[in-house]
Amino acid sequence: MSGRKLGSSNRRLAIPILGLFIAVAGAACSGGAGGGGGSSSSTITLAAVDNPSMADLKKLVGDFQSSHSGIQVNIVTLPEDQLRQQVTQDVAANSGRYDLFTIGTYEVPLWAKKGWIENLSPYIAKDSSYAPDDLIPGIRGALTYNSNLYAVPFYGESSMLMYRKDMLSAAGVTMPDHPTWDQVAAAAQKVNSSTVNGICLRGLPGWGEQLAPLDTVVNTFGGRWFDPQWNAQLNSPQWKQAVTFYVNLLKSAGEPGAGNAGFTECLNAYNSGKVAMWYDATVAASFFTGDAAKNSGYAFAPTKVKDWSGWLWAWSLGMPSSSKKKDAAWTFADWATSKDYAKLVGTKLGWARVSPGTRTSTYSIPEYQQAAGAFAQVTLDSISHADVTHPTVDPVPYIGVQYVDIDEFQQLGDQVSQEFAKVIAGGQTVDQALAKAQTLAAAVGKNYQH
Amino acid sequence: MSAKVVAGGRFQFPTKKVAWSIVGWLVVFIFFFPVLWMWLESLKTEPQAASSPPTILFLPTLEEFQTVLSGDFPPFFINSAIACIGSTILVLVLGLPAAYALAIRPVKRTQDVLFFFISTRFLPFAASLVPLYLLARDLQLLDNIFALGLIYTTINLPLGVWLLRSFLLEIPPELFEAARVDGASFATELRRIVVPLIAPGIAATSLICLIFSWNEFFYAVNFTSSTAATTPIFLVGFISGRGLFYAKLAAAATLASLPVLLAGWIAQKQLIRGLTMGAVK
Repeated sequence: MSGRKLGSSNRRLAIPILGLFIAVAGAACSGGAGGGGGSSSSTITLAAVDNPSMADLKKLVGDFQSSHSGIQVNIVTLPEDQLRQQVTQDVAANSGRYDLFTIGTYEVPLWAKKGWIENLSPYIAKDSSYAPDDLIPGIRGALTYNSNLYAVPFYGESSMLMYRKDMLSAAGVTMPDHPTWDQVAAAAQKVNSSTVNGICLRGLPGWGEQLAPLDTVVNTFGGRWFDPQWNAQLNSPQWKQAVTFYVNLLKSAGEPGAGNAGFTECLNAYNSGKVAMWYDATVAASFFTGDAAKNSGYAFAPTKVKDWSGWLWAWSLGMPSSSKKKDAAWTFADWATSKDYAKLVGTKLGWARVSPGTRTSTYSIPEYQQAAGAFAQVTLDSISHADVTHPTVDPVPYIGVQYVDIDEFQQLGDQVSQEFAKVIAGGQTVDQALAKAQTLAAAVGKNYQH
Repeated sequence: MSAKVVAGGRFQFPTKKVAWSIVGWLVVFIFFFPVLWMWLESLKTEPQAASSPPTILFLPTLEEFQTVLSGDFPPFFINSAIACIGSTILVLVLGLPAAYALAIRPVKRTQDVLFFFISTRFLPFAASLVPLYLLARDLQLLDNIFALGLIYTTINLPLGVWLLRSFLLEIPPELFEAARVDGASFATELRRIVVPLIAPGIAATSLICLIFSWNEFFYAVNFTSSTAATTPIFLVGFISGRGLFYAKLAAAATLASLPVLLAGWIAQKQLIRGLTMGAVK
């Protein structure tokens, strides 16, 4: 019946349909006025990675709201990769969806330079009780750009060696406080058996996964990503020695299926007594259960040439320059990273759950010392000695211990780690992987050779 | 399955039938296994869920469900419900007359119109993100559940029109002619003939739109933050960089999949009829 005009009854039906559409569209627009960024001017939105410290903050946000009746806080948790993408999109498009976000040490100097995040030093200066000097120096340095703090630490970590004292003792191994990688490898071989693997190391590709521990090994073996003129250095003997060592250790005494092992997999293997040692984040010890909690010993990150080879990472609160509620956002960031917040977590949720690695004063609280026990001092000393500005034996033009603080590193790191994953899986040799990695790094280095 | 009596009074075991049944159940099991595994994981403790090799025998616990429900699940659930139900209703309200026009009273260049509808699905979602995002930002529609509902409507409308049109084509034209002889208006035709006859098709279309919207993550994560965040955003929030989370994630995913499962179960009769409409002429 083509070409037939709508009759009166058709028009009667069309009008309500059109009306419904307009009503929905109208509701959308009116909802948008309130919905975009919160229903009232004092509602702030924090985008955060999910980790146990953040879960505790969610539980305690009511305490903040009851003492600051004018500010409501919405916390959105996202996986790390999604958070990075969303926050980048938010600041780049200046859309103001978030008033605060958790930001890593990798992003802080980069985003501060671009003007994406607010300089927090003026805000800190207004609060005499904030005590920025109490922030652990290594962390404070990593969050500083042009002598100003651009984020405040909520959680900090370095890396350390965790080992089962009972298993090592049964194999006749004594682990020193400051072991070398050669000592660790020898211990791993000795304790390795058909039921227990010597060590768990991350093999899962990703710049924040496998490359984090491997980078610290490279650093202490004397390797570096670039020389001061931004020439890629991945074809150096030090890189070959470090990667060969890491892969051989995994193959001879590491966990099965190492190519898929990240933090979670290693934690589970360690907790269930399937591995005797684990080199990873200092926070890992807080998640130990059963025999792992009772019988673990802790040593500083193993070394080769360079001392203090542990990594440095902090999830910190940063404020996007696009936020329209900066004062309210700072009030919350101030509260969540204050000395008093640590005490609040301790008294309300338990001292073992206080966010580690942020404030020196936390480590002098007797209750925290007792709860964090054996790994508290190792954590504090590891973080204090990690230096993002001097991560390697030879000089480098970049900052960052387990990363290179340039925009291209996320992609470069992911690609390079995939090449190493192929080596772990037996798909190629160390030489082949390093040759490809060198080409990738050289292309990035050219961007900085002016 | 009963054995067949053949000539001579001997029983012949239906081997072929049994073999096909086994193959059928095997395929069902393969498809269903991930869901089953998710349910099992949700009933374990975190260490059990993360263990390798997997823990098969365990004492079920609802601990992780309690953890999930003690969080802020309801707002995410309500947002999902608003966006999904709203967009599905809108797809039906807009799609049914469009499908009617294209099937029963074909307009000029119907094929072109149909192609235009489906061509909007050719564009990768990622390609439409930037313009839509900037538009939403400028119209102050970011983190707005109604805006997300409208986006879902635009995603599902072409599919809805195509599906509904295929169901409408199954109605014998004589029925419309008879109705028109009796003086039925367009509205009466739609109400008294079209809707009752293609009810299974409408149910199938609704459910498909509902499932697509309920599970949608890409636009939800890009266009919402806190006020309008939907269930998939709630789910990924459990993926933690530090600590164990598999059991919690499985419990949250189980809860999130319940409404769609429930809708499918309620509408299964209509759904099967709807999805097989037109299969046999």
